Amino acid sequence: MTTDRLSGIVLLLLAVFVMIETRVLPLGTHSRPGPGYLPLLLSSFLAILGIILIVRGRLASSWRSVKWSEGLHALAILAGCVFTMLALETLGYRFTMLILTAFLFGVIERLKWWMVLSLSVGLSFGSFWLFDTMLKVILPRGSLGF
Amino acid sequence: MVETLQNLYLGFSTALTPMNFFYGFMGCLIGTLVGVLPGVGPLAGISLLLPTTFGLNPTSAIILLAGIYYGAMYGGSTTSILMRIPGEAASVMTCIDGYAMAQKGRAGPALAISAIGSYVAGTGSVIGLMLLAPPLAKYALRFGPPEYFSLLVLGLLVLGYMTGGSMVKNLAMIVLGLLLGMIGIDHFTGYFRFSYGVVALGDGIGIVPVAVGLFGISEILMTAGQSIRPEVIKPRLKDLLPSKQELRDSVAPIGRGSLLGFLIGIIPGSAHIISTFISYAVERRVSKHPEKFGKGAIEGVAGPESANNAASCGALVPMLALGVPTGPIPAVLLAALMVHGINPGPMLIKEQPVIFWGLIASMYVGNFILLLLNLPLVGIFVNLLRIPYKILYPTILMLCVVGVYAVNSSLVDVWIMTVMGILGYVLRKYDFEPAPMVLGVVLAPIIEMSFRQALAMSAGSYLIFVQRPISVIFFMAALAMILLAMKPLVRKGKDWRERLTKAEKDEKT
Repeated sequence: MTTDRLSGIVLLLLAVFVMIETRVLPLGTHSRPGPGYLPLLLSSFLAILGIILIVRGRLASSWRSVKWSEGLHALAILAGCVFTMLALETLGYRFTMLILTAFLFGVIERLKWWMVLSLSVGLSFGSFWLFDTMLKVILPRGSLGF
Repeated sequence: MVETLQNLYLGFSTALTPMNFFYGFMGCLIGTLVGVLPGVGPLAGISLLLPTTFGLNPTSAIILLAGIYYGAMYGGSTTSILMRIPGEAASVMTCIDGYAMAQKGRAGPALAISAIGSYVAGTGSVIGLMLLAPPLAKYALRFGPPEYFSLLVLGLLVLGYMTGGSMVKNLAMIVLGLLLGMIGIDHFTGYFRFSYGVVALGDGIGIVPVAVGLFGISEILMTAGQSIRPEVIKPRLKDLLPSKQELRDSVAPIGRGSLLGFLIGIIPGSAHIISTFISYAVERRVSKHPEKFGKGAIEGVAGPESANNAASCGALVPMLALGVPTGPIPAVLLAALMVHGINPGPMLIKEQPVIFWGLIASMYVGNFILLLLNLPLVGIFVNLLRIPYKILYPTILMLCVVGVYAVNSSLVDVWIMTVMGILGYVLRKYDFEPAPMVLGVVLAPIIEMSFRQALAMSAGSYLIFVQRPISVIFFMAALAMILLAMKPLVRKGKDWRERLTKAEKDEKT
């Protein structure tokens, strides 16, 4: 299996999915196209592009050749993002960012504890002061008022 | 001419008010920082700062955001010359001869020529923008829905062609972007499309979470775990002055780079990047000593650096005159105008002269500020490069969350950003370019509206797109673009797009 063929299959499946989802939307007529008209046209075009990639993807590199060496690191960062989304409005901006940055600096990057502490506190509280207090960008305070 | 001068006077009286001058200065400063720091491109920079402009009036907001855009072009050269790391993609070509000059102890003149070239190109292309945009906008008033639809189709196809890499993959990204842009309420019928009961998706998925996710978060994920400690060459201030010979050798490349960059900038695509590749190739072709290129030729710095600045300004022509963005960065600038209740399009210049001419004048001032900022303060900017990436990326991640959340105070936007980050990460692994997708998301509502209006006008006949002269010209050009993209299928050997993609890949590795 080559990278292009794999991409083509994913695009084709996605196109079929959109076509199925479009069935619940009125198609309208040619003179009065409905909300499903253009998505159906576009998904058909996407399916054609997927098929072209499958047919012409014979010479592309193998999907196994794609390196994911930074994958674990990336997963840890994504875990941090998911935590942020779950905690942001409950814990508030400052605490959430304090935990996120402490996790990234301390657990993932293994910086010295005093650097972790000073950077996390400085960045989370400093950015809140800059954006919320100075620039009047409203950031969530959470149930504790922080 | 008198009218232009009167308008320019209005522009300067707007741009030079203390508040607008301050925001212009801040935009230039932040832009330079964004350009200097690898991993933070102008797109992510503008998107992140968009929420901070909500409290400003539209003129100050656009002056600030545009300052970041062209300021990043100046800053990007610093890392290229001193570290051989492009601060942003448009500075890739500067790495070659800029770094070679730095290794020979000529970092100062390389930085100086880069700043002077950027200034000349920036100022020259503002004049071009000033002269070209108003008549273009007047002409565009003749456009109806069929013309707009065919123009947008042409724009997307040109973007797909100019982005480099596989045209099929680029087209797939455009289609995917258009489909993503159709999420939310259908404005004609009020139907919810693809929103699965999530009320927050009713307004569609915003450009900011998509852009920050695809460019900011995916970049963080791609570079995670890197522990490169690059060697930074620090130039001395007294060594900044170029020799007379270096100045003489730079005049023509700056002129050619400025003209090329401005013209390429108007065309959709990653113009500021492409213009540098073309400018470098042109300089090498016309040089009497092509063998010097790659070993520290000043022309190899002067041409591309002028070209990327001119291109960033050229890209504003269709954005301001037609309301059509030619790439993801103008798209975010356009979104910024819309957030402030300004309707982009051919009427913008007529209805909002203060914004248009204020922006033009601020760019004259901004280019001068950047020249002053970039030469004497280069030592300070260089120190920023000493911040280890493991400290930098959590900071950028935090800013991404703030920027995206603050647009609508919505966690849904942060989810979209994360999903787009993962998508961008996987897409880049499989050699898909995210830029066409971003433009697809932005243009989807306009393209759908003009398509449906055109069909309603013609009672369902598709012939309307080829019966109207302006529309047929756009479609012919679109067809030519498709035929050009198919050339490699019938001709052996690599075309310029494949060579460009290969060069970009080689430069990254």
